[in-house]
Order: sequence, then C-alpha cells, then structure tokens
Amino acid sequence: MNVVIIKYNAGNIQSVDYALRRLGVSAEITNDHGKILAADKVIFPGVGEAGTTMQYLRKNKLDELIKDLKQPLLGICLGMHMLCRHSEERDTDCIGIFEEEVKKFVPEPGKENITKVPQMGWNNIYDLKNGIFDLTLENKYVYFVHSYYVTMGKDTAATCDYILPFSAALTKDNFYATQFHPEKSGKAGAKIIENFIKL
Amino acid sequence: MLAKRIIPCLDIRDGKVVKGVKFLNIQEVGDPVEMGSKYSDDGADELVYLDITASHENRKLFARLVKDISRYLNIPFTVGGGINELRDAEILLNAGADKLSINTSAVKGPELINQIAENFGSQFVVVAIDAQLKDNKWTVFINGGRIASDKELFSWAKEIEERGAGEILFTSMNHDGTKNGFACEALATLSESLSIPVIASGGAGEMEHFSEVFTRGKADAGLAASIFHFNEISIPQLKQYLIEKNVPVRV
Repeated sequence: MNVVIIKYNAGNIQSVDYALRRLGVSAEITNDHGKILAADKVIFPGVGEAGTTMQYLRKNKLDELIKDLKQPLLGICLGMHMLCRHSEERDTDCIGIFEEEVKKFVPEPGKENITKVPQMGWNNIYDLKNGIFDLTLENKYVYFVHSYYVTMGKDTAATCDYILPFSAALTKDNFYATQFHPEKSGKAGAKIIENFIKL
Repeated sequence: MLAKRIIPCLDIRDGKVVKGVKFLNIQEVGDPVEMGSKYSDDGADELVYLDITASHENRKLFARLVKDISRYLNIPFTVGGGINELRDAEILLNAGADKLSINTSAVKGPELINQIAENFGSQFVVVAIDAQLKDNKWTVFINGGRIASDKELFSWAKEIEERGAGEILFTSMNHDGTKNGFACEALATLSESLSIPVIASGGAGEMEHFSEVFTRGKADAGLAASIFHFNEISIPQLKQYLIEKNVPVRV
C-alpha cells in the first residue's frame, strides 16, 4: 500500500501521518507530482487559510494534478474546502470537484450555545451515506475546528448541525472529504481512515 | 449538537506529570504519554499539557515529549509553557501539537497572539488567563499567578479575541484549588461577551460543579487536574452524570 500525504503550506500535517502509523500504514509526505500520481491512496490534509493555500496549489500546479487523480483521495478540513467550487474565505475560487460551496458561519446571537465561531469540539454526524462513512458511525461524535462550512448538496455524505445543517463529509467518484479531523476523532475517526485505506 | 468538553490538565516537569497545590508540594504522578492515553480511553475530549520546567535544556525535552504524545494520542491536545516567540510556537506545531496555550508572554507582548494566529491559524492559539477577584475587580496575573498585571479580565479577554485567538482558558485564582466549584458568574459574563469558546478552570471538586459550569457558567469546556489524577472523579462517571443532567457530552 502506497499512501501519500500531499505536502503544502499547512499546519499539523504530521498528525495525519501519525494516525496512519497507528493503523500500521506508513505514508510519504510529499508535493512531488510523480509520487502523488503513483500513489494508491492520496490524503489532502489541511489547517490554514483558503486564499494562500489555493495560491500555493496553483503555483505548484497541484490543483490540476489533484483534479485529474483517479485513485481514492481524502481531503480533510481545509483540504475539503479546496476541493469545493468556491470559498468565501478571501473570496477564493477552489479546485471545483464538488459543486458545494464554502461559506462562513454567521453566529446567531440569542440561539443558545450556538453563538460561537469557530465551531470547536466534538459534534455528532448523521445521515451517513455509507462507503467509508459506514453506518456503524451514525451519530458518532467527531472533532471539528472550523469557521467556514460546506453547504448541503448532492455530494453530502454526512451531515452535522451547527447554527445550521452543513456537510460534515462529501463523496463523489474517487473523491472523499471530511470537515472534521478523523486523525483527531478517537476511534470513530480511526475507523474512517481505516475504511479509506481499505478501499 | 456540539458537546461540552471535559479536559484533564497535566503539568509536566522534567518530562513527568506532576501535581502540586499552587506550585507547592509538587509530586510526580505519572508518565505523560501513558496518562494521556488512559484519559483518552476514558473519554477525555481533549488534553492540556503545561510545561512547568524552568530550564532551557528541559524545554527541548518537552518538544520531544510533544512528539511522543502526538504519535500515541488520537484526540486533540494543547501544549503550553515557555512559548515566548513565534519560533517556539513553530517548534511545537511541528512536533504535532494541535493548539498552544500562552499566558504571560501574551500579557507582556500581545502582538504574539496576532503573530501565531496569522501564521498558524486562530484555532492554534489558546490564551490562558489567570485572574483574581478583589474589591469587585478581576485583575489578570502573570508568572503562574505570582505577579499582578495592569490588565482587567473582561477587557483583556475582548482584546485577546480581537487579536485572533481561538479560545480562552480562564482560571479563577479565587477558586483554584478550593474544590468548591468554578467561578460561574465571571465565566458566564465572559462567555456571553465573547464569540470564541471559553474553557473553565479552577475549583472543580465534585461532578455537580461541572454541570453548573456548563449551565450557569455557560462554559464550552471544563478543565481540571487533581480530581482526575487522584481518581476522585472518573471521566466515564462524570459524563454519565452530565447526560442525566441533560448536558450534551460525547460518549
């Protein structure tokens, strides 16, 4: 099994690598086109800001490369946002694999306990589409940290509620994405990574 | 529904978890990775590791420890202690920390909050505030609660938010170590005036204190150390209790 983690100017990529190692999978962190193309599985992690990240991807022609990948790819958090059509974060046009859009959470004062942005912490996911988001994970809690969310749409593979229902996960063809951090989501998160690796 | 978080806090000195009351009578209570894994298995939602080591040499030890913790733990963890400049933050980020907690260095040079937030994201910066209520005024203290600063709790908290921090960890020095409950009134005021999450610290002694801090205190997370380390309250038991009190928690 040849797993590659796409390296770019984002924080804490290391923890994705550690999560894979806990499952006995060793991955390579790289931005080398050849290595990414040759991988069995590609993970596109991310903590950071959409505008500068997209600039980096374009500069390194990673945007086009990612779009054409045929092997399973898992985008995490900002990685998920980058796979969508557009992000409100610095009004950024993204790669556009998923038609869903990335919008900023607008706090609703007065709505109890839902006045804070970012959403930070554990929330439950529901209406799982199966596949790597298998039904044993229905209603499980996973770890989120985000100020921007992906709208609901035809690619939605799991839903979460915070201020409003949003896409906790997306799937389309060989592309998978999660808003939450499976690498930090305890046993539920480890199961999702394992399911992805086993595809 | 977003769950309220239970966060055990581990003080680290020379690579070991230690526990003392207000920096006195410090005793070793265990190995950081082992204790962290155990808390994670028990259902802790997050962990905080604070380096209380004084020497520069042992700071490097802490960075190595952060790497070990990151390898084993599959829940988020925050690290703090001795972060004075952006470079310190970067070392800990690369070691695998999910968040940093800064306290004294933020009071002395608030620009550090902006710098870390701009470089590594708001989610990476937790600003810890130690404050004491005296004559109806909450004064912010630095250097582990030893020196009073010129800052007032609520205006400082607002500034921290505006500078881009992702969370505030508030410890009431009046409540810390008393085991008589959290500073719910001040916490509620903080939580209502801020749009970033507030972690409550100081005063946990009974399970009831946690349900209070999440309802009356409107806190997003509750942090404690000794009651967990000395097994006075177990996390599974606490979460069961909170569910019975209709507090949303992850089980």
